[in-house]
Amino acid sequence: MKTITAIEKEITDEFEIFDEWTEKYQYIIELGQKLPALAEKFKIEENKIKGCQSSVWLNSYEKNGNIYFEADSDSTFVKGEIALLIRVLSGQNPDDIVKTNLKFINDIGLRQHIAVTRANGLSQMIKQMKLYALAYQNS
Amino acid sequence: MITKNISIANLVDNYIERLRKDFPILSQKAYNKPLIYFDNAATSQKPQVVIDALTKYYSEYNANIHRGVHYLSQKASQAFDDVRIKAQKFINAKTEREIIFTRGTTESINLVASSYGRKNISAGDEIIISAMEHHSNIVPWQMLCEEKNATLKVIPMNDEGELLIDEFEKLLSPKTKFISVVHISNSLGTINPVKKIIQIVRKQSLSLGEGRGEVYIPVMLDGAQSAVHFPVDVQDLDCDFFAFSGHKMFGPTGVGCLFGKLDLLEAMPPYQGGGEMIYSVSFEKTTYNEVPFKFEAGTPNIADVIAFGTAFDYIQSLDRKKIFEYEHELMQYATDELKKIDGIKLIGTAKEKASIVSFIIEGVNALDAGMYLDTLGIAVRTGHHCTEPVMKRFNISGTIRASFLFYNTKEEIDAMIEGVKQAIKLLR
Repeated sequence: MKTITAIEKEITDEFEIFDEWTEKYQYIIELGQKLPALAEKFKIEENKIKGCQSSVWLNSYEKNGNIYFEADSDSTFVKGEIALLIRVLSGQNPDDIVKTNLKFINDIGLRQHIAVTRANGLSQMIKQMKLYALAYQNS
Repeated sequence: MITKNISIANLVDNYIERLRKDFPILSQKAYNKPLIYFDNAATSQKPQVVIDALTKYYSEYNANIHRGVHYLSQKASQAFDDVRIKAQKFINAKTEREIIFTRGTTESINLVASSYGRKNISAGDEIIISAMEHHSNIVPWQMLCEEKNATLKVIPMNDEGELLIDEFEKLLSPKTKFISVVHISNSLGTINPVKKIIQIVRKQSLSLGEGRGEVYIPVMLDGAQSAVHFPVDVQDLDCDFFAFSGHKMFGPTGVGCLFGKLDLLEAMPPYQGGGEMIYSVSFEKTTYNEVPFKFEAGTPNIADVIAFGTAFDYIQSLDRKKIFEYEHELMQYATDELKKIDGIKLIGTAKEKASIVSFIIEGVNALDAGMYLDTLGIAVRTGHHCTEPVMKRFNISGTIRASFLFYNTKEEIDAMIEGVKQAIKLLR
């Protein structure tokens, strides 16, 4: 398993080829469209993170001391963001998840598009992932 | 019909083109594409004269007002006081004393709920609002009702987004103590028949008194969306309170007005305590200043009020009839073009509509579509537009909203339509 930092670096490098917001948007949409749907049984109220304009369902489980995430959203763009987060955080050690500050969101220029809108609950999603990690860490 | 539309467009073309140049921000690019600004219901752009008024105040006569004996303070006080008269004329209030400066529509409504409401609403009373209110015209009344054990009643609407006036009449009862209704819905664009609503209330004032003689039920209008689109005459409407914001009508953010009938304002307790609102203070007793100062505690937002004054001047200098027709034309054009796209559903199809178009795209998330339009440099708004009950009424989670002002063009709408088609291809 690659480290969080290493995966973040990969993503940042991938995004380097995009000059324009429209290209980044289309790439994230593509990632969203490819993300496997979350099983219906996990789309329950307890797993729901309510953003201002979209909903996210986040499920997590532990295997061999690492934490795995799977998630879904009614917005394809948000699903794309989820795909990136899962790629970085899923399968990692709880300690590392709790500690990381996820630099890549800033580096790929995504923050400006999501911070202003409070729209899609990305920061809520990260917070929730860290909370799960914290819970596993303490259990 | 088509020929007529084109002729109106041609008529105003040159005029509009000239006016558009008043707004420096509109010549900007977004992501290297010409900026198309369709988020006017959230906030309008500012003409250069308004921007200049702010700079001029700070660079030439910034001073605190009303108590300074010196040159700068006199100059600033004069400019500030003049705006009250401009606001009075803008909505045709009887006297400038009926104008209170606030932070905006939201604060204006809160002021009335807090001051008039605390004094006059008691347990068992009813307050009527409508099904298409902005959260700003719901929550202050809900807070008041909770505090006083009063009840909030809601005028329902039909599938077009029009209020059901018959149902409204049924809601009126001897328990009704206050009515607050939005003039133009920010999420549906409906222009409500507020004059008719007020007439109904006035006509029933005798019967609602139940033998106790006439009762007076004040009616408040949320004018956040209406002030910019057409002339408002508070005397003709006979409304008791009218709230509006500067930033939605070419003025700065953080400033707005509350109009209130003088006798009502005079009978109301102060809203906040502090400087300016007092006549005399001692530790035993404070006496309050007269209306409107009673409601303007603390140093006001001097710079923005003064620039708001310039916004009044700017609007008054326009051919408002021509502009209203043109904005209506833009709304109609966008509506017609959107209807041609498969899977588009318009939310808010009232007969009387302002230049606000709300829609959903079947199989496409509104946020995704809005963000796609953003990549093209087109600014629309997505979501519930602070009207969650409206979304619930239509059983949707949000809409894409394009709202137009006179500086927008049909070419820009064409670009949006093209964008919507592309978004569908990409996202559905």
